[in-house]
Amino acid sequence: MRPRLAFLSETMVNQIINEAMELLGDPGVRVHNEEALALLAAAGAAVERKDRVVRIPEEIVRKALATAPSEFHLYNLDGRPTVHYGGDSVQFDPGSAALAILDSRTQEQRTPITSDFVRFVKLAEMLPEIDAQSTAMICTDVPAEVGDLYRLYLALNYMRKPIVTGAFRKDTWWTMRELLLAAAGGSEALAQKPIAIFDVCPSPPLLWSDLTCQNLIDCARNDIPAELVSMPLAGATAPVTLAAAVVQHAAENLSGVTIGQLAKPSSPIVWGGSPAAFDMREGTTPMGDVGTWLIDCAYTQVGKALSLPTHAYLGMSDAKIIDAQCGLESAGGTLLAALAGVNMVSGAGMLDFESCQSFEKLVLDAEIIGMAKRLIGGIEARDQPIALTLMRKLGHRAEYLAESHTLKWFRKELYIPSETIDRRSLDGWKRKGAKSAFQRASERADQLVAKYQPPPVSAELCSELRAITRAAARRFGMERLPPLAD
Amino acid sequence: MSSDLLSQITASLVNGEPDLTMTATKQALAAGVEPLTIIHSGLVPGMRIVGEKFSCGEYFLPNLIVSANSMKQAMQLLEPELRARQQALQSQGTVVIGTVQGDIHEIGKSLVATMLSANGFEVHDLGVDVPIDKIIGTVSATGANLVGLSSLLTTTMIMQKKVIEALASAGLRGRVKVMVGGAPVSPKWAEDIGADGYAEDAVGAVDLAKRLATP
Repeated sequence: MRPRLAFLSETMVNQIINEAMELLGDPGVRVHNEEALALLAAAGAAVERKDRVVRIPEEIVRKALATAPSEFHLYNLDGRPTVHYGGDSVQFDPGSAALAILDSRTQEQRTPITSDFVRFVKLAEMLPEIDAQSTAMICTDVPAEVGDLYRLYLALNYMRKPIVTGAFRKDTWWTMRELLLAAAGGSEALAQKPIAIFDVCPSPPLLWSDLTCQNLIDCARNDIPAELVSMPLAGATAPVTLAAAVVQHAAENLSGVTIGQLAKPSSPIVWGGSPAAFDMREGTTPMGDVGTWLIDCAYTQVGKALSLPTHAYLGMSDAKIIDAQCGLESAGGTLLAALAGVNMVSGAGMLDFESCQSFEKLVLDAEIIGMAKRLIGGIEARDQPIALTLMRKLGHRAEYLAESHTLKWFRKELYIPSETIDRRSLDGWKRKGAKSAFQRASERADQLVAKYQPPPVSAELCSELRAITRAAARRFGMERLPPLAD
Repeated sequence: MSSDLLSQITASLVNGEPDLTMTATKQALAAGVEPLTIIHSGLVPGMRIVGEKFSCGEYFLPNLIVSANSMKQAMQLLEPELRARQQALQSQGTVVIGTVQGDIHEIGKSLVATMLSANGFEVHDLGVDVPIDKIIGTVSATGANLVGLSSLLTTTMIMQKKVIEALASAGLRGRVKVMVGGAPVSPKWAEDIGADGYAEDAVGAVDLAKRLATP
């Protein structure tokens, strides 16, 4: 039986959905995008042009929910459906768009450059627990205006896993699409087998900015999946009561589903988010907070009740270094995400809220993810009868280690961590150099990156990707792109 | 044909398929393959691969012990054949092994015993909670050249020292090398009590035993 956690009663789920629907009628949602306003008006929503506030009647939202697909796949670059959005599938990708990287040598934060992200993509590719890539950090050796597309360009040169990404501008979305079309082999191929999903983020409370709303519409119209990332901050930009924050999240995401489905019915859309419980002492947005976990798990339940695929930013830490706080916060969020059945859990590798990526944390988080996946594997009978035949055969002999029954099942039943997790004797640990988890993770990162094999990306595709990216960079004053790493 | 059977023996041993190992061994005998060839070109290479896979982290304890047991099983089939040809497998040595008095931990000791046996040692496994006298008596009776002492408790580790002292009193210390092991045991402890060696795991114990048994 697979263990599952529920955080809301059915009655409460329904009330949250109903109140969210009512919020969309009054006070409505602010939409700072002309195309979306036109779509909503045409569908029958009341648009106040002056304030750009839209009051969306429930039937329009219900109609959108009826056309939104309940599941879809992302494909890897070999054309296989490796990520399933829908049902209770649980998959993980690294946290995205970090402004900093934790330097492996100094353990201090610094700004990432091309070689950091290339190394990160290789590491994410090599960690079997990580299901998808993400455009995990923003390289500072290219102009900020192409920061979003440059990450995707780099990733496409090194990845086979599908990717979770996002655009920072309206125009760069189109360049990113161009890159995806090149990698996937045209718009038809990309629509049939999407390799990427774009995060689109409403602003709390109840606002769709021009940029992100346009990204949402463009994704829908071009058959590229989009992930709604509503981020109520309980106690600051959203009500402090967690249930009310979930209502706000639902209202923002429902408006996103509506806009996306009006742009193109049946376009794939995900009920995601990155909420947080506000820290009342520091005024920060703790991602490793128990309140944050509760909001995430609760809205996931709401998304499932609406038959939508789900996503959440969980498994991150607010710690600044790889320490005990980092481990406990990352483990808590990751295990809960798995038990809540979040389809795509973003956040691996991330610390310092959502601002710093770390190779070592990615390796350690992969261990947590491995355990989380085993956890939801649950406990199976395996044999019938469960134990009688075997235990009567062995009687009182403690010889299970020598049984072929053990050989048959131990890899399925027992979770076997990598050597990042220390289970040696004290003496054995000392003989291996008495290393900390950080050191072991760092070594594993080095080993995995060294073993990485470049994917079969053709020279034509490489130069096509480079030409697309260089053309974009030239518009912002960069003549030559930084060289790709080995 | 015979080389096919030998690679089948090796592969089945590596894959932990005891029934296949037995079948292929029987077929090889029936096909006229010499028992010594079966051992040296079929079974021994298999066990070596299993040990390597264990050491590099690909294989785990169940792989190790299932393969070692199927090697032992195959050897039981081959030994009468060797005797019939008046051949003998050169023994790596004779080991008396047990968990010391007051300690009932069996798994590690049995694993080492199985691995030693699968690697050509004659093993006398005395079990757990073994009185000192019984160890001395067995060493004396079997002419063993190796003693393996396991202890899983900090409170029973001292018995390893007492066994070594008793071997000396009995005038046997010059004849046997003593290996110690168990969770609380360390190379330093081995040195302190005058043991001849320590190994961290069963594969290490086989290497150590081979080293100690070489005059």
